[in-house]
Amino acid sequence: MGEKKDVWQGTLALMALKTLEALGPLHGYGIARRIEQTSGDLLAVNYGTLYPALLKLEQEGYIASEWGQSDNNRKAKYYKLTRAGRKQLAKEARDWAETTEILARFLGTGKETA
Amino acid sequence: MRQVRAFFLRTAELFRKEKREQEFAAELESNLQLHIDENLRRGMNLEEARRVALVKLGGTEQTKEIYRDRRGHPMLEILWQDTRYALRMLRKNPGFTVVVILMLTLGIGANTAIFSVVNAAIFRPFPFVHPERLVAVYQKTSQFEESSVSYPDILDWQKDNRSFAALSAWRRDTFNLTGSGEAEQYQGLQTSANFMPLLGVQPILGRYFSETENQLGAAPVVLISERVWRNRFGAAQSILGKNLTLNGKDYAVIGVVPATFHWYRDSDVFYPIGQWDSEIFRTRGLSQGTQVIALMKPGVTIAQADADMVAVTANLANTYPDALKGTSAVVVPLREDAVGDIRPLLLVLLGAVGFVLLIACANVANLLLARSAARAREFAIRTAIGASRNRVIRQMLTESLLLSMTGGVLGILLAIWGTQAALQLLPTTLPGIVRLDLDMRVLLFALGASLLTGLLFGLAPAWKTVRPNLQETLKEGGRGMEGGRHRAQGIFIVSEIALAMILLVGAGLMLRSLGHLWNVKLGFDPRNVTSFEVSLPPSSKPDAAAIREKNNQLLERLQALPGIEAVSVVFGSLPMSGDSEIPFWVEGQPKPTSQNDMSWSLMYGVSPGYFRAMKIPLLAGRTVSAQDSHTAPLITVIDEEFARKHFPGQDPVGKRLNLMILGPAEIVGVVGHVNHWGLDSDDTAKIRSQLYLAFAQFPDQATTMGANGADFVVRASVPSAAMMQVVRKEISSIDNRQIVNRVSTMEDIVTASQAQRRFSMLLLNGFAAIALLLATVGIYGVVSYLVNQRIHEVGIRMAMGARPRDILRIILGSGGKMALAGIVIGLCASFALTRLMARLLFGVSATDPLTFGGVALLLFGIALAACYLPARRAMRVDPMVALRYE
Repeated sequence: MGEKKDVWQGTLALMALKTLEALGPLHGYGIARRIEQTSGDLLAVNYGTLYPALLKLEQEGYIASEWGQSDNNRKAKYYKLTRAGRKQLAKEARDWAETTEILARFLGTGKETA
Repeated sequence: MRQVRAFFLRTAELFRKEKREQEFAAELESNLQLHIDENLRRGMNLEEARRVALVKLGGTEQTKEIYRDRRGHPMLEILWQDTRYALRMLRKNPGFTVVVILMLTLGIGANTAIFSVVNAAIFRPFPFVHPERLVAVYQKTSQFEESSVSYPDILDWQKDNRSFAALSAWRRDTFNLTGSGEAEQYQGLQTSANFMPLLGVQPILGRYFSETENQLGAAPVVLISERVWRNRFGAAQSILGKNLTLNGKDYAVIGVVPATFHWYRDSDVFYPIGQWDSEIFRTRGLSQGTQVIALMKPGVTIAQADADMVAVTANLANTYPDALKGTSAVVVPLREDAVGDIRPLLLVLLGAVGFVLLIACANVANLLLARSAARAREFAIRTAIGASRNRVIRQMLTESLLLSMTGGVLGILLAIWGTQAALQLLPTTLPGIVRLDLDMRVLLFALGASLLTGLLFGLAPAWKTVRPNLQETLKEGGRGMEGGRHRAQGIFIVSEIALAMILLVGAGLMLRSLGHLWNVKLGFDPRNVTSFEVSLPPSSKPDAAAIREKNNQLLERLQALPGIEAVSVVFGSLPMSGDSEIPFWVEGQPKPTSQNDMSWSLMYGVSPGYFRAMKIPLLAGRTVSAQDSHTAPLITVIDEEFARKHFPGQDPVGKRLNLMILGPAEIVGVVGHVNHWGLDSDDTAKIRSQLYLAFAQFPDQATTMGANGADFVVRASVPSAAMMQVVRKEISSIDNRQIVNRVSTMEDIVTASQAQRRFSMLLLNGFAAIALLLATVGIYGVVSYLVNQRIHEVGIRMAMGARPRDILRIILGSGGKMALAGIVIGLCASFALTRLMARLLFGVSATDPLTFGGVALLLFGIALAACYLPARRAMRVDPMVALRYE
């Protein structure tokens, strides 16, 4: 069970998981860049939030990390999704979709649904 | 699940901090490089690329800090840090640390010890199967609220009651073991067959006796205690079926009772009460110390059981009016029965020892406060460089809790030792409890006491320390806060003195009670008198004439010994150790319709030497003489109380009494009243009349009851121990199967009757002494500290022309004010609290002005003396040195 209390952190974790699913093993910098790009640079990822979030995911066993070489021969720590992480991602994505749908209905056209 | 996993991983992080720290630094560094690389690719120059990347990365130290918090357990780490720091601080001040831990160990240890006793006596269930359903049942008569019960009545109670799953009789007796090996006296417990099953106690070998074995004429059987089994029979399994010769009769051993079984005190042999063929024992209305324990049926309340027994006894009283008219029954929970008397004492002691702990706390708080003054700068600096107030308080609490926990652990060790000592001293034994174990409740209590102590003495200085104005503190010594600090210290000292005052008043009242008690008129002279029991040689069929003959022979032989001034046999009552009552009516008055309606008197069966041995003065007529033999007409000697109550304004000598069982007797003399029931209770006892009979004139059935052992008193001009050696030798020369038992001097008996009061006085005085010492040390410490703080001021005053006397007055004045405040508060509190111990007092009111005044003066004097030493130091201050001091 992921935390939902802190929406921002919860969302960041979800974005990180999704990024790792889409791109495969990636370092922290890469994850941050990818999230920013995907958001159309609407989001600015703060490393002071990202790294603790990654650490938490790792402690909970959703991702694993390992030092490796980057394309341009830099040493970097690579994160990759674990099996538990994949499941968690699916679940969180579903929850998120549900939440947004409810909110959309709530804030949307004002159609009454029984 | 995931959170648990994360928790363990975080815990593991505690042990590889360094490595992880480096690793994260490397990760951030690689992040930075990756960013710079990308910026370069986008065409920025190196400087620009670096700048942009660094800005994006943000404050790395802050990031690291957040990362750290997530990585491990920040709370735990801080705790660990604080603990290490605290340990370092405590090690640096060994004197302070040792003193504080010592005080706390004493306080917590004493509290835990007393609580263990209270716990065992008041809270912990007795170790029987259904302790909450166990009750004692007593007969209620016109003379006694709770009287033992006659055996025929008990048999009817067993049949008639509807409230009890089981109801059992029990009685103590002594048995003389003869046969193989040396003769020994055994403590026996006679019980009904359902006694052990009712308590849920299983023999470790064999079985308890059955209902059919608990009948007159059944084959004699006995169980022995595990102790006897091991010591005398080497724990042989073959003991079952062997014969034991007790009181000259053979009993088959059928079982062994476990050593853990303990019925108020240790018993050696267990024997069916129903086999006892004594005629008096089987007379309705004549209880021979037989008591009743019962197990209520599930769901039955005390009130229901009581109502049931009242109905049962009312029926019996109708059926047997002669013996039982006017009697009833009362049901008492076993706990109440066992500890009812000592409950107030225990609670007073628990309160007292709690005060000692509070005083220790106040003292420690003061020490910490004084020390925190020295550390004020340190804390101010820590606050200035970013430590939060909470963090500083946490630091101080860690130190105080560390101290209190150490004190707690040592205190528990002290308590383990102390409880055994307390149990030894405790004047009452508890059923089923052989020794006190530290159970969960006691440990929790000790832990709670330590924690609370740590918070109490730690929080106050911590609070004081973080409040000060930072700048003031940093600027200079911190004058700005001194006022507040002094006030806090003053409050602690005042409370200490107030608490000490309460304890001293309590101890003083106990002391005065005891003084009053020693002045109570005894009516006899216990000095140089020794009492002991002689078991006559056993015979299977006790013969009254033979017993009388043996006794006479014994008396003659003992009387002839050098150094022995007077000797007498004692049957029935002996002052302050045993009582026996006899119902009677004065001749010439109508015979009362039932025993219960008769007058009752204490009865002493004695021989002629008794009055000389005890030095009881003869007031009129004569005492028992050698001519009052078995064949001579029955005579009796009464005491002055008896005369006052039954023959007011008349000369009782020559009047006649009708005594139950014995018949009419002529009063031949009046002697002085003897304090029978105990120094504090004789005045208020219900039966105060006393009458003396010649043992030689006792009827056969009463005489044979003394077959197993007769008591003697001896007055000697030589020390008791030496005399007893001669007596033992003489007795065994008459017949070496006779055993001398239960030797004690009358003085010891009188002292033992005050055991509870002495015990509580000893403890209270001990606590008060500790309190006084702590308070004195406390006030001395604080005044010394104040003097040191004011050296500068003293120097200025002296430079301005103040004389040493003025300085002395100032210092003594400030100490005296605190002492006075404490004493006034203590007086008020004592006034409210001492009435709780009114039951422990004798001859002195709970608000005795003499005690209150004396204690107040004593305390004030000591407080002034404690101030005088530092004051003298202040007087000798050299103004030049003092002014240069800072």
